[in-house]
Amino acid sequence: MVLELQKPRPVWQIMFSTHHTDVGYLYTITGLTFLFMGGVLAMIIRTHLFFPGEGVLISDSATFNRIFTVHGLTMLFLFALPVANGIGNYLVPIMVRYKDMAYPKLNAIAFWMNPVGGALLWLGFADTTWVSYAPYSIIRAPGPAADMFIFGMKILGISSILSSINFVVTILKCKHPDLPLRRVPLFAWSMFTVSLMTIVAMPTYAAALIMMLTDRLGISAFFNPFAGGDPIAYLHLFWFTFHPEVYIFLLPSIGMMYEIIPRFSRKPLYSQASGVFAFVMLGIIGFASWGHHMYSTGMDFTTKVVFMIGTLAAVPASGMHVFNFLATMWGGRIRFAAPMKFAVGGIALFFSAGAGGVLNSAMPLDFITHGTYWVVGHMHLFLVGTIGFGFVAMIYYMFPYITGRMYSERWASVHFVAMFWGTVQTFFTQHLLGLEGMPRRVYDYPPEFTSWTQLNQIATIGAWIIGASFAVFLASLIYYAAKGKPANMNDPWELGGKYYYPVEAKNPHGGHSGY
Amino acid sequence: MGHDTAEWVFVAIVIAVLCYVGVDSWIVQKAVEDVPANAEVIKVTGQQWYWSFEHADGTKEISTLHVKKGHAYVFEIYSRDVMHSFNIPDWVVFEDAVPGHVNHAWFAPDTVGTYPIQCREYCGLLHYNMRGSLVVEDDNAT
Repeated sequence: MVLELQKPRPVWQIMFSTHHTDVGYLYTITGLTFLFMGGVLAMIIRTHLFFPGEGVLISDSATFNRIFTVHGLTMLFLFALPVANGIGNYLVPIMVRYKDMAYPKLNAIAFWMNPVGGALLWLGFADTTWVSYAPYSIIRAPGPAADMFIFGMKILGISSILSSINFVVTILKCKHPDLPLRRVPLFAWSMFTVSLMTIVAMPTYAAALIMMLTDRLGISAFFNPFAGGDPIAYLHLFWFTFHPEVYIFLLPSIGMMYEIIPRFSRKPLYSQASGVFAFVMLGIIGFASWGHHMYSTGMDFTTKVVFMIGTLAAVPASGMHVFNFLATMWGGRIRFAAPMKFAVGGIALFFSAGAGGVLNSAMPLDFITHGTYWVVGHMHLFLVGTIGFGFVAMIYYMFPYITGRMYSERWASVHFVAMFWGTVQTFFTQHLLGLEGMPRRVYDYPPEFTSWTQLNQIATIGAWIIGASFAVFLASLIYYAAKGKPANMNDPWELGGKYYYPVEAKNPHGGHSGY
Repeated sequence: MGHDTAEWVFVAIVIAVLCYVGVDSWIVQKAVEDVPANAEVIKVTGQQWYWSFEHADGTKEISTLHVKKGHAYVFEIYSRDVMHSFNIPDWVVFEDAVPGHVNHAWFAPDTVGTYPIQCREYCGLLHYNMRGSLVVEDDNAT
């Protein structure tokens, strides 16, 4: 079996390689595999909610709870993080003009923790929800599933800390001496920012997981209120990691758009400096807003105000990114090839999701939206609309580089139209469902609320459209990797000028690769 | 390269909008959290998977809560097992029930009717069915 088709190599040579493009390839393929696995779960959830009533598709709520838990975990930790790391592995060494990542073996180890962690999460199939709030996850969550969840997350957490250390060292210590840090391309800056954020944020959750495990074993009671602990402490530890983690998911996608938009606009980036500034600002301010997930836990007024200000403070930096993209496109000779379509669609949805985020963070409105389908719509608009669109754009962009072949522009357009349509239909509708008061994570809803039924059906049809668009994506990835036209490896989209990555950087056995 | 006037103007507009949102939500939230002095206390207890209520006069109810129109009520929210979230969507009453903590929310219904009560924080198997109803009655009917 061969994987990279222009230059056939046996699969074990890629699997046991430590070269950055091979590890990047493994990360990306693993991430996409889990994307489709998590996507199947999403289709099951949405189809089940098409009609009110128990047992529409899933016969019991325990299974339903397990499905949405594993869907969330898969999409966040087994799709979003690995794909960002994969593209980062491909491009960061090239961007800082080094032959490989700083620690190639560590890089491969960090990757191979992902399938292990993924296997634990999938074989356990826990029902704790991805947030796994104490005390449910401690005193009620059943058997080996929740413990396997803890160990799986532990392994994935260690993996992301290791790969973050690798990125930081690669960018700071291995970049070419002629390349000042401020001129490092913005995608590498995004990986740099999220790596620093991971190193600061992730240990907190790692500690919380160990505390949760010992609580479950009954040898401690950090979060168990029936033995003197406090569940709110878990929420603080969790969200201290996972609000910054929101930016860790988001920023690589923004960085990918910075890579795509100037090229397809055939114009220099509007401002490198404001892009760097906005990344660093988000990286710092991202740590000042975790409490907005906890307004309703009995937080006092002053604390709520502090976290609201922290949340709103992140918005101008996000706005600077959007401005930077629009100003770059302004007056450019834009070529709407697939990567550009997805990037521009992603910006539009990023703006919508961000506007919804401002409403969430306003305290009185949060009490209307929190814990409802509004939040589901809001965070999926980020995760599918911004992160998903950015990653898909980048995968189309990297496709000729990885396979040496071109994808079909026509099928990519079909994918784009269906995915954009479906995203808007599903997740905007879920915002409305939230305003109607439907709580999230429910197996069933009362049939007498007819507006809930109608909105759920609209959202489900939208989800099917997204599912169909990804079926097109999968089929065209496989087909055109094998049968596509050979790409012009210097300029696959005929943009003119030197806009693409040097192919020599990909050869793992040819010694040093130049830029 | 670098910043120019258009970008500064854009950022200034964004910050102005955010200041408006921030100040306005401060004012509204301050007003919303101001519990009237004469509010009657209702103890609310969430447990897997139903709500129980205890009025100030000692009357106890399960799942269905009866209150009088035009009175102010403050809920003292407890949980007996895991986290729940006490929610009456139509009256924007929403506060988590956290074991080991007592949380508060208040409201003063001004229209007669029956409204759904639900749980808005995942609490396990029958979370979806942890529903109740609020019945607002006319004061002079009794």
